[in-house]
Amino acid sequence: MPIDIYAEELISNYEHPHNKGKINDPNAEMHEYNPICGDDITLYLKIKEDIVDDVKFDGKGCAISIGVASMLTDSIKGKRLEDIDAMGFKDIVKILGMDPGPARAKCASISLKALKKAIFLYQHKTVDRDTEKL
Amino acid sequence: MKRLDVESIRRDFPILNVKMRGHDLVYLDSAATSQKPVQVIDSIYQYYTNYNANIHRGIYELAELATDAYDGSKDKVAKFINANSMEEIVYVMNTTEAINLVALSWGEENIKEGDHILISEMEHHSNLVPWLLLANRKKAILDYIKLDESKTMIDMESLKEELEKDPKILAISHSSNVLGTINDVKAIGSLAHKHGAKVLVDGAQSAPHMPVDVRDIDCDFFAFSGHKMLGPTGIGTLYAKKDILNSMPPVIGGGDMIRTVEKYACTWNDLPWKFEAGTSNIEGGIGLSAAVDYLNKVGMGNIYAHERDITEYALKRLSEISNVSVFGPDYNSMPNRSGVISFAIEGVHPHDIASIFDSMGIAIRAGHHCAMPLVTELINEAAVARMSFYLYNRKDEVDRAIDAIAEVKKIFKIGR
Ligand SMILES: Cc1ncc(COP(=O)(O)O)c(C=O)c1O
Repeated sequence: MPIDIYAEELISNYEHPHNKGKINDPNAEMHEYNPICGDDITLYLKIKEDIVDDVKFDGKGCAISIGVASMLTDSIKGKRLEDIDAMGFKDIVKILGMDPGPARAKCASISLKALKKAIFLYQHKTVDRDTEKL
Repeated sequence: MKRLDVESIRRDFPILNVKMRGHDLVYLDSAATSQKPVQVIDSIYQYYTNYNANIHRGIYELAELATDAYDGSKDKVAKFINANSMEEIVYVMNTTEAINLVALSWGEENIKEGDHILISEMEHHSNLVPWLLLANRKKAILDYIKLDESKTMIDMESLKEELEKDPKILAISHSSNVLGTINDVKAIGSLAHKHGAKVLVDGAQSAPHMPVDVRDIDCDFFAFSGHKMLGPTGIGTLYAKKDILNSMPPVIGGGDMIRTVEKYACTWNDLPWKFEAGTSNIEGGIGLSAAVDYLNKVGMGNIYAHERDITEYALKRLSEISNVSVFGPDYNSMPNRSGVISFAIEGVHPHDIASIFDSMGIAIRAGHHCAMPLVTELINEAAVARMSFYLYNRKDEVDRAIDAIAEVKKIFKIGR
């Protein structure tokens, strides 16, 4: 992987993540864990009229998983659920400015996976099997 | 003592000429799998080009050549670990299969409800999960020898305590793939034998890197993988004492492992073939044979000394860097140490370390290294970064790794 992925912005989002913490009484939340590397993220959402009113995440992980979680949560505030539903790995690539490559794809997408699962659960009251794959 | 000539060794490994991410490759992941010399690659090419045939029953020259090469490889492996004869050398896929074979055959026969099975806290999953499965099947009890205060060595007091339970078997690694600790398996095994336990040694990280003498260790079982000792993947060895192998039932049935078959009964082939059903991994045996030849030519004592030299150098250099910690015995404990160094950089996830190393052409491994209880519960990290050395590594490659650590610290603004 090219070293450029560790851009200033990613590192600063890793060291000082935005939207870190919990939301009391979230209307959706989801925990994602990758035992291979220990990336562990819980995402909390406050949804009002199908729009993300607030989002926070808690957990620990590598610079890529935490940095992306920070930038991703920034980017979805005020977004409609249907727009989030249309998001995919391409949006992670956009956030990072490059494709992280197969070895780090899971780190990069763990927060989006949690996000999409949380919203699916909120809308359908069931965990969607298909969002296992982004 | 004959010195090891690294430059001429390196010329035998074609992969060391490839570029990774545009840099000269620095391969520091031999504990995962070793690179292969041309002699091994060529032995497999020669087999398929000149004498490919199925072994053991062919009545023609090619089949004889293939049989001689395959069976001959067992003589070499037997000598390599000082077994009594090739009858004690069972080929399997890898260390994992070797240990599973013991659990499924010997374990199935000998472990009963309430029996104790003893392993240590530093085991690789392959020397843990088969015993956990066996214990669950038999309602037996799996016990762990604890590590000492420093979390680098087996705690001998804990060993003695656990042995008081008279376990039926003690299964322990010769050399840890995370800590780099070399366990004194001869002393540990002798204590276990006094309590009537059988002793299995996981030699995945020792057989490739140091002289091994199974008769001197006096273990009952010894398991290792060809791919970690210059050989191809898909071939590994289970050594076991002959009388034990004779007492063990086969697990996989089929061709070549039988002597006679009637409709409702059969008799087993001689050792070691009783445990090798179906067409063998012929190219694997031939490749492993070439690997053993290569290791013997360089000399296992020389390889051990060379790695120790590099490891000591690396440990010293690492100890000079702030915010870097090493898991495992330090450079004052070199007699207990192999060329595996797990480390952490404060505040940086090991996967980020490995990615930055990768971008600089350096292959290291990051993760739980298939030893989750050790890494996540004892070292108390989700993952660690690991560099590991072999006969083809040089000190200047350690320097490249040290430079990469400086780069990681720069990117993450750690230290000065
Ligand atoms: C100590 C130890 N035991 C067992 C194994 C398993 O080896 P294999 O995957 O070749 O079966 C390894 C490999 O990483 C190891 O390091």
